[in-house]
This record gives sequence, C-alpha cells and structure tokens, in this order.
Amino acid sequence: MSRQYETVIGLEVHVELATKTKIFCGCSTSFGGAPNTHTCPVCTGMPGSLPVLNRQVVEYAMAVGIAANCEITRCLKFDRKNYFYPDNPQNYQISQLYLPICRNGYVEIETPEGIKQVRIHEIHMEEDAGKLVHDDWSDTSLVDYNRSGVPLIEIVSEPDMRSAQEVIAYLEKLRLLIQYLGASDCKLQEGSMRADVNLSVREAGAEAYGTRTEMKNLNSFRAITRAIEGESARQIELLESGRSVVQETRKWDDGKEMSYAMRSKEDAQDYRYFPDPDLVPVIISEAWIEKVRASQPEFRTEKMERYKKEYGIPDYDIGILTQSKHMADLFEETVAICPLPKKVSNWLMVETMRLLKEKNMDAQDIRYSAGNLAKLIQMVEDKEINGTIAKEVFEVMFEQDTDPEIYVEEHGLKTVTDENALNRAVEDVIAANPQTVEEYRNGKEKVLGFLVGQTMKVMKGQADPALVNRLLKEKLS
Amino acid sequence: MDIWKLSAVELGKKIKEKEVTVSEALEAALLQIEEKEADYNCYITVDRAAARERAQKVQKRIDSGELTSALAGVPVAVKDNMCTQGLLTTCGSKMLENFVPTYSAEAVNRLEAAGAVIIGKTNMDEFAMGSTTETSAYGATKNPWKKEHVPGGSSGGSAAAVAAGECFFALGSDTGGSIRQPASFCGIVGMKPTYGTVSRYGLIAYGSSLDQIGPMSRDVTDCAVILETIAGCDKKDSTSIDRKALSMNDSGWTGMDFSAALREDVRGMRIGIPRDYFTDGLDDEVKASVLGAAKTFEECGARVEEFDLSFVDYAVPAYYTIAAAEASSNLERFDGVKYGYRTAGYEDLHSMYRKTRSEGFGTEVKRRIMLGSFVLSSGYYDAYYLKALRVKALIKKAFDRAFETYDLILAPTAPTAAPRLGSSLSDPIQMYLSDVYTISVNLAGLPGITVPCGMTQAGLPVGVQLIGNCFMEKKLIQAAYTYERAAGKFPVPSERRGAK
Ligand SMILES: [Zn+2]
Repeated sequence: MSRQYETVIGLEVHVELATKTKIFCGCSTSFGGAPNTHTCPVCTGMPGSLPVLNRQVVEYAMAVGIAANCEITRCLKFDRKNYFYPDNPQNYQISQLYLPICRNGYVEIETPEGIKQVRIHEIHMEEDAGKLVHDDWSDTSLVDYNRSGVPLIEIVSEPDMRSAQEVIAYLEKLRLLIQYLGASDCKLQEGSMRADVNLSVREAGAEAYGTRTEMKNLNSFRAITRAIEGESARQIELLESGRSVVQETRKWDDGKEMSYAMRSKEDAQDYRYFPDPDLVPVIISEAWIEKVRASQPEFRTEKMERYKKEYGIPDYDIGILTQSKHMADLFEETVAICPLPKKVSNWLMVETMRLLKEKNMDAQDIRYSAGNLAKLIQMVEDKEINGTIAKEVFEVMFEQDTDPEIYVEEHGLKTVTDENALNRAVEDVIAANPQTVEEYRNGKEKVLGFLVGQTMKVMKGQADPALVNRLLKEKLS
Repeated sequence: MDIWKLSAVELGKKIKEKEVTVSEALEAALLQIEEKEADYNCYITVDRAAARERAQKVQKRIDSGELTSALAGVPVAVKDNMCTQGLLTTCGSKMLENFVPTYSAEAVNRLEAAGAVIIGKTNMDEFAMGSTTETSAYGATKNPWKKEHVPGGSSGGSAAAVAAGECFFALGSDTGGSIRQPASFCGIVGMKPTYGTVSRYGLIAYGSSLDQIGPMSRDVTDCAVILETIAGCDKKDSTSIDRKALSMNDSGWTGMDFSAALREDVRGMRIGIPRDYFTDGLDDEVKASVLGAAKTFEECGARVEEFDLSFVDYAVPAYYTIAAAEASSNLERFDGVKYGYRTAGYEDLHSMYRKTRSEGFGTEVKRRIMLGSFVLSSGYYDAYYLKALRVKALIKKAFDRAFETYDLILAPTAPTAAPRLGSSLSDPIQMYLSDVYTISVNLAGLPGITVPCGMTQAGLPVGVQLIGNCFMEKKLIQAAYTYERAAGKFPVPSERRGAK
C-alpha cells in the first residue's frame, strides 16, 4: 500500500427499552410468550385502532439523552415511516424524523491517545417490528407480533470514530450509561442492543469524507470488530485498484467473515415520512427535565471515586466491579450485610468472573443474592467451612442461588472441629506414611504438604487446613 | 300509531312508559327494511338475529330499572366504518368483505351501554371516499325522496336509513362533510362535533386529523341526546379532548350537557353569513332556501349579517392534499397479510401485495392513495403537504377572526340538492369542489350541524348549515332547535309523496 488511509465510522445504535408495556399499547414486553399472545388491536395494526404513548418511554429516552449531554426537544412529535413488510402490521413504523427527543450530545471514551469525545447527532424513539418465522415444512411464512410495538431508542452518532477499538469503547460507554440508568439491559446477543455501522475511508489528511457503506446484522463486539476491519480493508482495496466505493447497505456474515451488498442507494426506498396524526405533540416542561435529571443515578466515574474512599479496595478491583451496574449493586448490598469489602470483591472478581466466562454469561445474568454471598463469606470467616469447600458451595449457589448454610448442613460439609477426631486422623496418616515422616524428620520440610493433603482426604475435606498443619507439626517434632 | 315515524327520543320515552316494547320498536324498523331495502340499499349488513336477541336483553334491563337512558331500547344503524365486535365491518370495500372485528369502536360501546340496539351496518362510499355512496363495493344507496338521486356521502346509507325509517337514528362519520352533506340531501339533521369530542377509537381511519363520528337523526332533540351519549374523553384516543379539564369562561356553552341547550332562544345571537359562500357555484333554489332560513333566524331575534371569510378557494385543494396523504398511509395496513381480502393467486410477497390491493380497492380509493403518496414523496412533501398544512392554519385563523364577531356562521351545506345517480363520478374534480362548504369546518376542527330548510321544485330536500367555534356545540344545538321549532318539523319522504 503506497498511501495511508483513515477509517471514518459513525454508528446507529438501537436499544430496546426496559418498559413493562409496549410503546403505544398496554401489552407486555416480556419475552417467551406463545406467538401472538402479547398482542392487542393496536400492536397488530387492526383497522380503527389508535396508538397511545407510554410516558415511561419518553422518560427513559430523556434520561439517556441527559446522560449523553444532549439538548432535549421541548415539543416533540412522532412521524410515520411508510414501508411494506409483513413484520410491520400497519405497514408504517411510528418513529421520529422531524423533531427527535434529543439532539447534539456527546459521550467521552478512553483511547490510547487520551479522552475523546464522540458526538451524538440525535436520539429518537420508535417502535420495534414483529418477527417473521419461515416454516419450511409448509413453505409459508408466519408472523409473531409479540415484539411489535416494543419501545426502542435509536442513538445516532456523528462520524467521529476512527477504529474498531474506538467503536467498541463507544458502545461499551453507551451500554454502561444505559444499564446504569436501568433503561435497558443492552444485550447484543439477544438483540436488545443492535448496532449498524456506517463506514468510509479517506486518504490520511483529506478533508472530505469518502463514500460510505452501512453494515447491518452485527450482534457481538467481536462481529463488529471484524466487520469494521473487513469493510475498511475492502474499501481500501477498491480505491487502491482505481475503483470506487458504492453507497449501499451491506450485510455482515460473521461465519464467512465477509459482507455482501443488500441494496444500493439507487433502490433506496422513499419512506414518505409525515407527522403521525394519531398522536399529539408531547410538550416537555423544564420541571419534567429536572425531575428526570434529579433521578439520574450515580454513574461509573462517580462510583469509582466513592468506592476508593468508602471501601479502600484496589483500583483494579473497582474497575472490574463497576463494569456492570448489577455487579456493583451486588457488591454494595453484600458489603452492607458483611462488611469485608476486599473479601466480597474477591468473590466477585475471581470466582464470579471465572464462572461467567466459563458459561458465556453476562454480569447482568448473575442470579445469586447478596444475602447468600454474605452468608458464605461469613461461614469462611467463622471457619465453619474451609476455602475449598466454599468454592464448591459457591458453584452451586451461582447456579441456583442456594442458601449456603442449608446446603452445607444438608451435605454435611461443615469443618470438623472435634480435636479428637482430627488427632486420630493425623496419627493414622503418620502411621501409614513412615517413609514420608522419615523424610520430614530429616529436614525435607516441604513433604509436610503431602501429609496435610492426606489428612484432609481422610477428613473428606472437612477440616481446617491450618489446624491440620499445626497438629502434624506438633506430632512430628 | 306508526312506531317507525317516531323520533329516537319519542320512542325511548314510549319504551320507558311501556307503551312500546323494545321488540316492537325493532320489528317496526325491520319491517321498513323489508319493504324498502330493495329500493334504497341503505344497509350492507342487517343483523336481525343478534338485534332480536339483544332487544330481549335490553327490555329486561329496562324493566329492572337498570337502563334509564333516553336511548334505551332504540334501534340504531351504524356506518360500516366503525368496528363492531363479531359483526362484519366492510368500510364499503371489497378489501374488508370478510372482516369481523375483535373489538367495538368506543362510540359503539357507549351507545350499547346506553341500551341502544344495533340493527346493522350502513352503506357508505368505499373507505368514506366519495360524496354520493356510489363508490361502495356493495352497490349505490338511493335517496328515499327520489330513487333516481343519490343520498349523498359518504354516510349515505346512514342518512337514507334515517330518512326512510329503516332505523330511528344512525351514526355517521365526517371527514369533509360526510355527515352533513348526506343529511342535507336526505332531509335529516346531522352533526359533526368539534374534533376530539367523540373518540375515534374503532373508527377505520380515512383522514385521521379530520375524521369525527357524529349523530344523524330525525330532529335536533335526537341529535343532542345522541351526542350526549357518544361524546366524552377516551384514553384510547390521544386526540380525544378532556372538555371537563378545559377551563373556559364561557357561561356553560362548552359543556357536554347538550340536551340542556334544547331551548328556543336566539335573541341577540350574532350570526355571520360568509359572502364568499354565495357565489356562482351555488344553486339558486338552494340559495333561496338557505337565505330563507337566515330570515327565520332574524325573525326569531338573531342579528344576521354578511361578512368576508376569505381563503375559501384554498380549502378544497388543502383538504384533498391532507386527507389523501393521511389516507395513503392509513390504508397501507390493508395488504392481505392479516385480515380482509387476499388475492387468489400470487408468486411472492410483492405480487401478493400488488394483486391484493389492485383487486381489493376501487377506483376512487386508488386515486386518493396515489394522490396522497405523491404529495408525501420526497421532493414534493414541502411543496404540497406542508403547504396544505399552512393553508389549514390560515383557514383556522380566518374562522377565529370570524368568531370574534359572530356566535355562529350560517352557510349552505352543499351547493346543490342531491344530484342524479351516475352524474358525479365521471367528473371527480367537480365532485371534490362540491365539498366546498363543509370541508373548511373539518380543516379548522370546528363543529357544524345541518338542519333541513326547504325543498327544491324537484322534491329534494335542502339543508342549512350552522358552524360554531370549537366546543360550541350547545350554541349550534340551541340555534338549530329554535330554527326547527320556528320552521316546523320536516316531513318524512312518504308523507310528502302522499301529500302531492
Ligand atoms: Zn398491544
């Protein structure tokens, strides 16, 4: 490559809001219902039905906008985006084009070059579509409208990102803000957060942007990273070989690690946007904005500072604990019951993170309660169980939020504190391992570990290893 | 006693006083249907069995004292663009030839809660697009005064059914005059309330920002009582207005106790007549009748004078731009996927959409969908749609100015009496222009009422329209009631024929 290129990226991020009911009707937004059971005349587009706005959607959108330093529109409207597709029961989607709820914001991300601002062009509210299910057996398509009318916000950034790393940092920042607000769980895999990537390349130092493409269907950070790398390489290759980039929408196939064209600008649809006459303008008062602003939670940066002062745990721990609001909440709740911050932090950072990774889970999916974790830590503190047993119990608790006290009781895992029994076990082990005992007495002190292990085995693990250690030393000296 | 000739309120009273049973009332209307439907074709669906069953139930609840409303037990016809649970609702279109709603419109629910008995669903222009009821996929309705003439539209079936005695009152919907114009053509009373007064929930939308449901009745008293029954804020319709929450220093005029306005008194009322409405396009006989009505108002003590309303010429193009734009989007849901008509043979999704909509919609509906899609398309949106919205705002301002001086505006309802069948559809532009006196009222969101005020030489009724400021239905009702008393009750068609 003779010339240097710069990649220019802007994102359109769709986030499903965590309201209990849909944006324009009272139907439930919960997952898992049989097809078309969370529906009514409104969200199935029945003739004569009318939308009624869910105020919680406005409040969540406003909260995200405030957190992302946006201007809030005082008089907002909804517009109809007209296009025919069966997952869209009215054949128009109620969205916002002319007066979106938020505009002109920014979030800060960390890059190797320091803090960088990514500007937000706008945030608007809209409704989600239903799902098409193709039945190969009968060669027909079926529609499920359970997701139809689930509230979404679309966060549109300016083309301010220059690499996949910056894109991921931006997405992580958004995800954290929104999770902290409780406005969404932002799970990429499950589609409650979806990103479309607008990407172009230009020669380093050039002023004008190159022709951009839009990539859809990106449902993991890994897929996003690879799509960005793949697409900028593809565009550079086109330019290097004297061809030009076509403005089009492309679909990323993560399995094949390549993108292909879906539709070009020429056959872009005319959505015939116009204000929805069924909905009245929403007037947002200063007081309403203030109310939402006042109820903004403590965000990560503030939380990190407070943890440092309040709990005195290392920066490294704080970084991991505050990566997820759920994890941070769990930490605080556990410490409130069992005031041993570093111990609590260890269980979260080490064991919890290990199991999450192993089971390919998100921190938000942690099921066990603060109460049970506090009990477990207390049991170790009180030497009722030892560390090894505690890890075993924790794995069970991680799965089912089992009460550790009951579990230990029922499975007879309590540490044996009966010194007679322990003495007997130690004596048996000494008697059974004359050669090792001999080695120890000859100064090979590290074989003591083996004898401790043998004793623990006889005790079925239910002994305090420190105590076993002491008893062995006494008997062998 | 000819039960079928009673007004709704008269009938309701007799039912309460046990002079007439609900079943007798229903059978009286069904008998008129038996005798006249072949001639007039007012209904798309007559639900005899369900109506008879309901009549029995309503009678029991009246007898037990549970139902006390003025309309309890009174048979009613509902325009076929309002959803009725379990009862075919076609909107006058082949597209909905098999559509049975799973829920009822709010206005229908309110009528039923008051004990009214739905006889059936009335004929209408397809999706309420038309002024003659000739665009219906279920045949044209004929004017009960003269079979060779149209009943008007789009609520032509409702108007004709009320005039012919095939029901005691009816619900219509009015987007650009669709209640008032057919009421005027059929010699009955029809009212379009202030936008937001009656819930649109369950009304299959044509032009959402203009549509209102309203009463169609034999006289002004019925009109007031029906409106009182169906009006009210509805949380299911965001454009519905909570009038109780309006704090206006209005001496009670904006209230919803409409029957309280049934008083003979127009003394000191200032009535304006827009000079711009009495120009070349207005038929001489109609003009004479309407000015005659103005004279009656003067004799009753009102102060009547002419004034310039302005923007009159812009109303028709602005209306057709806005209504068609909204309709083009509102009618997108009729695609063969979820309900209604689906073409028999198709290759893929797009061929199903194309064939279903080509076969399911009639010419006038397609014309307006195309017009509406055009004015919303990118590059034309500002030039047409936005400009039309600006005209709409100017028209509203012109009315606001007029209402600074006048309590009411008096105007013709339509430029002519009912035209002959088959004479309108060949020239759609002419048909659109004939809406000139009614559509401004929808554009400005105002209430308007039409009351019969005369007959042409040819024996067709003429209506006079009264227009009020927003929420001033009571003023309209009081003035219309006073006029009706002064002019004498308007005859029903057969009496008139007998008299000749
Ligand atoms: Zn719903």
